[in-house]
Amino acid sequence: MTSREHKTKGQIKQAPENFLSPELIADLNQHGLDDTRRGFLRTGFMAAFTGAIGVGSANAIASADGDPAILEKQVWQTTLGKNVATMPYGTPSIYEANLIRRESPGLTRVSAASVAFTPLQGLFGIITPNGLHFERQHQGWYNVDPEKHRLMINGLVKHNRVFTMNDLMRLPSVSRIHFIECGANTGLEWGNVAVPTVQYTHGMLSCCEFTGVPLAVLLEECGADLKKGKFLLAEGGDGSGMTRTINLEDVLHEAIVAWGMNGEMLRPENGFPLRLVVPGVQGVSWVKWLRRLEVGDMPYATKDEAVHYNDLMPNGQSRQYTSIQECKSVITTPSGGQQLLDKGFYNVSGLAWSGRGKIRRVDVSVDGGNNWRTARLETPVLSKALTRFNIDWVWDGSPSILQSRAIDDTGYVQPTIKMLRDVRGTRSIYHNNAIQSWKVDSNGEVSNVQVG
Amino acid sequence: MFKLDKFLVGFAVLYTSQFMVSAANAQNVGSVHFPGIGRDATPAEVAAWDIDVRPDFKGLPKGSGSVEKGQTVWEARCAVCHGTFGESNEVFTPIIGGTTPDDIKTGHVASLTDRKQPQRTTIMKVATVSSLWDYIYRAMPWNAPRSMSVDDTYAVVAYLLSMAEVVPDDYVLSNENIAEVQKRMPNRNGMTTKHGLWSSKGAPDVHATACMNNCVAFVQIGSTLPDYARNAHGNIALQNREYGPFRGANTSAPPLASLPGDTVIATVAVAPTVKSKTPEDLFKDNNCSACHAKSSKLVGPSIADIANKYRDQSGAEDKLVAKVKAGGSGVWGSIPMPPHPDVSNETLHTIVHWFLTGQ
Repeated sequence: MTSREHKTKGQIKQAPENFLSPELIADLNQHGLDDTRRGFLRTGFMAAFTGAIGVGSANAIASADGDPAILEKQVWQTTLGKNVATMPYGTPSIYEANLIRRESPGLTRVSAASVAFTPLQGLFGIITPNGLHFERQHQGWYNVDPEKHRLMINGLVKHNRVFTMNDLMRLPSVSRIHFIECGANTGLEWGNVAVPTVQYTHGMLSCCEFTGVPLAVLLEECGADLKKGKFLLAEGGDGSGMTRTINLEDVLHEAIVAWGMNGEMLRPENGFPLRLVVPGVQGVSWVKWLRRLEVGDMPYATKDEAVHYNDLMPNGQSRQYTSIQECKSVITTPSGGQQLLDKGFYNVSGLAWSGRGKIRRVDVSVDGGNNWRTARLETPVLSKALTRFNIDWVWDGSPSILQSRAIDDTGYVQPTIKMLRDVRGTRSIYHNNAIQSWKVDSNGEVSNVQVG
Repeated sequence: MFKLDKFLVGFAVLYTSQFMVSAANAQNVGSVHFPGIGRDATPAEVAAWDIDVRPDFKGLPKGSGSVEKGQTVWEARCAVCHGTFGESNEVFTPIIGGTTPDDIKTGHVASLTDRKQPQRTTIMKVATVSSLWDYIYRAMPWNAPRSMSVDDTYAVVAYLLSMAEVVPDDYVLSNENIAEVQKRMPNRNGMTTKHGLWSSKGAPDVHATACMNNCVAFVQIGSTLPDYARNAHGNIALQNREYGPFRGANTSAPPLASLPGDTVIATVAVAPTVKSKTPEDLFKDNNCSACHAKSSKLVGPSIADIANKYRDQSGAEDKLVAKVKAGGSGVWGSIPMPPHPDVSNETLHTIVHWFLTGQ
């Protein structure tokens, strides 16, 4: 570094004072933030920010007096803020606008039969905000009128029954936190690295507190013959009339017929007003706009059990009715596509989950899987829910490969991609629960790699 | 007064029908634990919704359809997305292709292992003919589900199977002979349920161990994203926070030469991310993109084709706005354009203007 660069770096340039004009401040106070005014605000902020290049990170005090963020009065300290209920349904800060659901370009041809991925790279804890819950639509979504929504239960039951939302929401309800993961999550990566960030590699994953009536309560109310009826057909009310076979023996006591999601009603794109919650089982079985449950004595081989959601093995046989999401984990920060600014201390953070139960332990490697340290599990650690893990890391600036490896309470250890390929080949599409590797380059850029 | 009378009569009718449902509720024949909640379904209600067809053909309605009729229905309602021979991959993955007469004999599709087929088609994968029948009847066509008659469904399934040489060209498929057809499905023996993923108690097929130290002699990177794909998902800097420790890399530029330290602010301030909606946003938000693409034909004509046809006509914008609002058919083929009464004129003008001028 030359002395001149030192000097530039050491200088404090004044951030343009009052980068918002008094007129705009008055206007914002009167009208609140709409898209246009948000644009003004953004432009003003960017101008101020760009003007501040060379100031450096907040703690790099380079002037005798100190940090202008402290020494100078900010607009939010010196003017009147907005009224309550300016935004009657609150939305995230304008500085969070980058963290949205996104499609993977070229993945599908029509957006009504497609996927929008959750931005895991920016989320904390284990709960997915409702507006960021991943979306998978098979024939587009609708705002279904809850007054016209019905749930029918038929098949091997004493009485075919019909329930309105009014009926269902009077029943004894439970609230439980569970993860939902699409069976095809990470499916693009069976053969090789295909996408850049954790949003696209693992973003068909979300976790919510779901509220509803236990499936078992409804089936008992209808007099279901559970000796003969080992299977349940769940059917959705959308155009695709999505149908999936549920293994009743396995999930009867955990499945929920749910209307609530993180304290409010389900979002329309996630099945408002009613969806099935099948803990541990892949997302396609969590049938949205749930309108019918049929108790039966054999699986149904529906389109999404006969054409899709089958795992093709190297011998040409397809595994049918693969449902359980096996133990898996991923580091969300730092992760693919991110840029570290400098060496030093980082909190490496990620998510672990298992469709067979609770997470027992998560190990983290920074050398591509040669040596491992055990991470801290944050509470709560719940069955068939996301579990957050954290571990300290002091980065010395040399190239590193970060990995996480989860172990669930059955003792199952998350495998490497090589172990999976040795058994299942590369064309399965579904149920890729391999250890994810993120390479941190010496320039601080993080990228998606596969090792071994 | 007349209007009010009519209103009152209407109200009375509504009230009476409500009352009848309440009466059914009051009987509450099937209630076990929760009096006053739910009611028994009528036979007509069960018949209206219980349309699923199982692999043993339980639920299959009586009816029939010929290959010949199936071809007519197919060309009118299905070919636009799936191609005349079910071979198209323009909109969805192909339905037909990749199976042989030998597969029909063995019940195993050879091209699932020999990899000669670039894409796995529906007929290569599906083991059960009931799955085809159920899905076509339940959800096709894509933009008008539940509009196929029972006999047309038989006919379309017959046409598809004839193209895969599962049935001859003069075949008439019916509820009587569909079980015979099942015995000729090319991949009928291609499924297995011998795996550990059907139940949470199932045994895993991959067994890793949790080695802690000196686990790998040599860490080799086997796969990375190619350089040309660096910006294929858009600028990652704009998909992460622009503050805090974990910013996104500016993938619209080559990787940095060294650790950015403080100067990263310059790389991030690429563009404001909050913007008002573009015509293209409106095009997507209002679901136009479900049927129209920029330059390729999907269910409807491409934007480029529309622009070429109408660009130079006087009053084209108004004419097209009216057309989108009211719906129409016959200009671009047999698939009708559905009406869009809910979209505002202002939005429609913005979208149509963008179609015609690109702005």
